[in-house]
Amino acid sequence: MKIIHDDNALGKFHSRLAVAGGFVLLCFVLLVLRFAWLQIIQYGYYQTRAEDNRISLVPITPSRGLIVDRNNVQLANNYSAYTLEITPAQIDHLERTIDDLATVIDIQPKDRKRFKKLLEESKNFESLPIRSRLTDEEVAKFVAQRYRFPGVDVKARLFRHYPKGAFASSTLGYIGRITDRDLDKIEAIDQEANYRGTDHFGKTGLEQHYEFELHGTTGFEQVEVDAGGRAVRTLARTAPVPGNNLTLTLDAELQSIAEQAFGDRKGALVAIEPSTGGVLALVSMPNYDPNLFVDGIDTQSWKDLNESPDKPMVNRALNGAYPPGSTFKPFMALAALTYGKRTAQQTIFDPGFYTFGSHTFRDDKKGGHGTVDMYKSIVESCDTYYYMLANDLGIDNIARFMAKFGFGSVTGIDIDGESKGILPSTDWKKKRFKNPAQQKWYAGETISIGIGQGYNAYTPIQLAQAVATLANNGVMFRPHLVKFITDSRTGEHKLIESQPVKKIDLNPEHIEVIKQAMIGVNKEGTGARAFAGAEYVSAGKTGTAQVFSLKGADYKHHSIKQELRDHALFIAFAPANAPKIALAVLVENGGFGAQAAAPIARQIFDYYLLGKRPKAPAAVDEAAVERDDE
Amino acid sequence: MKQALPLVVRAWWQRLISPLDLPLLGICGLLLLLAVGVMGSASPERIGSQLTNMALALVIMRVVAGLSPQRLASVAVPVYLVGIGLLIGVALFGDISKGARRWLNLGFMRVQPSEIMKIAMPLLLAWFFHQRTTRLRLVDFFIAALLLLVPVGLIMRQPDLGTALLVLAAGFYVIFFAGLSWKILAGMALTALAAAPVAWSFLHDYQRNRILTLLDPEKDPLGKGFHIIQSTIAIGSGGIFGKGWREGTQAQLEFIPEHHTDFIFAVFAEEFGLVGNVVLLTLYGMLIGRGFVIAAQATSLFGRLLAGSITMIFFTYVFVNIGMVSGLLPVVGVPLPLVSYGGTSLVTLFIGIGMLMSIHKSRMLVQK
Repeated sequence: MKIIHDDNALGKFHSRLAVAGGFVLLCFVLLVLRFAWLQIIQYGYYQTRAEDNRISLVPITPSRGLIVDRNNVQLANNYSAYTLEITPAQIDHLERTIDDLATVIDIQPKDRKRFKKLLEESKNFESLPIRSRLTDEEVAKFVAQRYRFPGVDVKARLFRHYPKGAFASSTLGYIGRITDRDLDKIEAIDQEANYRGTDHFGKTGLEQHYEFELHGTTGFEQVEVDAGGRAVRTLARTAPVPGNNLTLTLDAELQSIAEQAFGDRKGALVAIEPSTGGVLALVSMPNYDPNLFVDGIDTQSWKDLNESPDKPMVNRALNGAYPPGSTFKPFMALAALTYGKRTAQQTIFDPGFYTFGSHTFRDDKKGGHGTVDMYKSIVESCDTYYYMLANDLGIDNIARFMAKFGFGSVTGIDIDGESKGILPSTDWKKKRFKNPAQQKWYAGETISIGIGQGYNAYTPIQLAQAVATLANNGVMFRPHLVKFITDSRTGEHKLIESQPVKKIDLNPEHIEVIKQAMIGVNKEGTGARAFAGAEYVSAGKTGTAQVFSLKGADYKHHSIKQELRDHALFIAFAPANAPKIALAVLVENGGFGAQAAAPIARQIFDYYLLGKRPKAPAAVDEAAVERDDE
Repeated sequence: MKQALPLVVRAWWQRLISPLDLPLLGICGLLLLLAVGVMGSASPERIGSQLTNMALALVIMRVVAGLSPQRLASVAVPVYLVGIGLLIGVALFGDISKGARRWLNLGFMRVQPSEIMKIAMPLLLAWFFHQRTTRLRLVDFFIAALLLLVPVGLIMRQPDLGTALLVLAAGFYVIFFAGLSWKILAGMALTALAAAPVAWSFLHDYQRNRILTLLDPEKDPLGKGFHIIQSTIAIGSGGIFGKGWREGTQAQLEFIPEHHTDFIFAVFAEEFGLVGNVVLLTLYGMLIGRGFVIAAQATSLFGRLLAGSITMIFFTYVFVNIGMVSGLLPVVGVPLPLVSYGGTSLVTLFIGIGMLMSIHKSRMLVQK
């Protein structure tokens, strides 16, 4: 290393060091002066304040906002219950006290475990629950023995309650005890002070998305405590402000009819009001009871829910991505009209298969549909028509058009963690795969995209948004569950916007062609049996999504294991001329759309448009057309 | 055989301590002892893990002290580039914690690249000026400023204003010691003053709140103001002689927030009073003084600049932390050097001390 013997430079450095040293000294003197100020001159004042710290601020938790449906039916509320609480600061032998308590009131090992955990996380002076939801009898028993237990008391606390139990569970979500991750979110928006005293936090669904609306403002009480931390008297009190109430666009009755329509089948249903984007029903089956989570779920129930092969904890409507099957065809046809690749009258001849290169794509109608125009292609769900069309459009045109309807991107519904699904394109494939050989898009891969198979995968909410947008003549809304938020202080309603997101540029005549064909589906096509005798005109499209490739063999519903059976899909809106409701139904492993999914839609429409209640869950229509579409 | 063993041990011991600067080690030892004492009051259950942290930090210090300054200079550029790379990585893929993107998950460990920059910055700038041993021109200072502002900007974006300012200070000290003219320094000071209102408009709400809270802590007694109110009460009520070890009511009743990390000084001041504070400041003063001596005696420009700036970084930690806890400065997340609980800052600081030792050792080699 070069050694500098430049006295001038060295001298300069030394003078700089001297300046730095002087600065350090100055700052230290400043600190010492500050100490002298605090510790000598103001000593008396701070001495008193330290003594006064016996006055502690006790937070008062606000009551959480209610969630009600569009008709004011309560879906989440609070109830008051007694808890047995211990203030550790006032107790010398905690273990012994708990053992003694256990002789009076039933305390399980699990209660002790939870208490221990709370104790580790708690601040001083806080009282912590050892048992919650005491019965009246237990309260009476304890009160009679209270003198034996200083520092232990019965308190009335508010608990979250979901009155309908296992109902709309993935939509409402649930609350649970605050974890470190929740604390990060609270700190991120500087709400630590407001969450002092709060034990619970929205974990999923609306409870999570609207946590900071529902929570409210914490009040506090100035309490004088003696040397041991015991409260002697209350000096001042600032009342808490309850959380804001949510009024949903959801119709609880419709939701429950939809859930019952599924019976014990798995699946999802999303019903939307096309003119606003308001969600009328958001179903993911099976359900679970969110009340289990409120007070800390026990390990066994948690295991049961999490490890169930039916995956009740997955919100299928938002996070399940499924191939759309033939429900994709109306959108394909609209793309063809818009890009000028087909006219409505133009026909093709379907011999029952389509050959591309060396590969043969089969239509499931043996012998084919014969001469097929656009109307017939949708009504009869002709595959060959769409194999050809997909090839003529090309993958990137398909992707460009479908993206406008929201396929492959989140809808922005007011529930967190929505999936994007997969909108296949040459770009997508390049990004999806690392291996260059896999990155290339092959023209043959486009063919099955035409009938909603292949890489295609969309969430039921995307499908519902797309059909609602179609019903609404291309005017697109963001689906949303909350209609308005009621400010608990002023009573004012904060409306959730229902302005259109955009208007897709489409020719009204083209839309009419598609709508007429979808009306045809329910009148004389694959949906006709499900909608026989309906007192309104509806439009729909059935679909069946392959879970399992048959490799040329015939599909026999009953000979295939349940989890490998096809998914049944149905999209629809009604009344066809002025749509009030649009929906997407998916029945997992339900078989054909016409058999399993369309009858559910029928029940929904009958109730929503006519007020007719179904007598039984939507039965599977075994006689509906055989494998209407692939 | 019997005699050989002690000899082997002695030789080994000699080798072990030979690169160490004993005065510096002694001062650090006293501070660490004091740290264990305070931890015994603030958070006894953490003594074990903090002793582990200390042992690790001392080992790292010994390793760094054993390197030659040439070796340190040779890693300056790679360490800086890796640091910048990691900071960009954080901006792109960092984990979000408490609303800021500061951590990078490398799969096997989580690192906070801004911490690396606290060492990398002075190292790089010292190396940079050393390369320009001819008369320094203004353009050199411009380049240095640019090298400094890139990481500072990246850290500020995380956002982590506290660390950004510390890294800025670390780089500034090198530039200052390298001899940037007073005129320009004065100009910069004036510009900074003039820019303050503009900077204010760029601050996040929570950052503004911290500054406002400093001016009037009573405004927000449950939230941020709580920290400052309770820590000044703790310090003030300690009086001249303190309340005694483990006797501080503010500390023991947990009125002091984060009383084992950033606010540990309040625990110390409450229990040991003004006398304790002066002792602590004296220890820090001795450490800083020793650092200045090492800088003054360093034989290369690289050594001088590095030693000078490390010493000043040390001072900055002390001043900013104590100033914050005693209500002179806004709340920024800076630990009390060598005393606060936590492994990361301890390791960073001891790397710095190891570098001081390495610089000092090389001077003696030259003299020999």
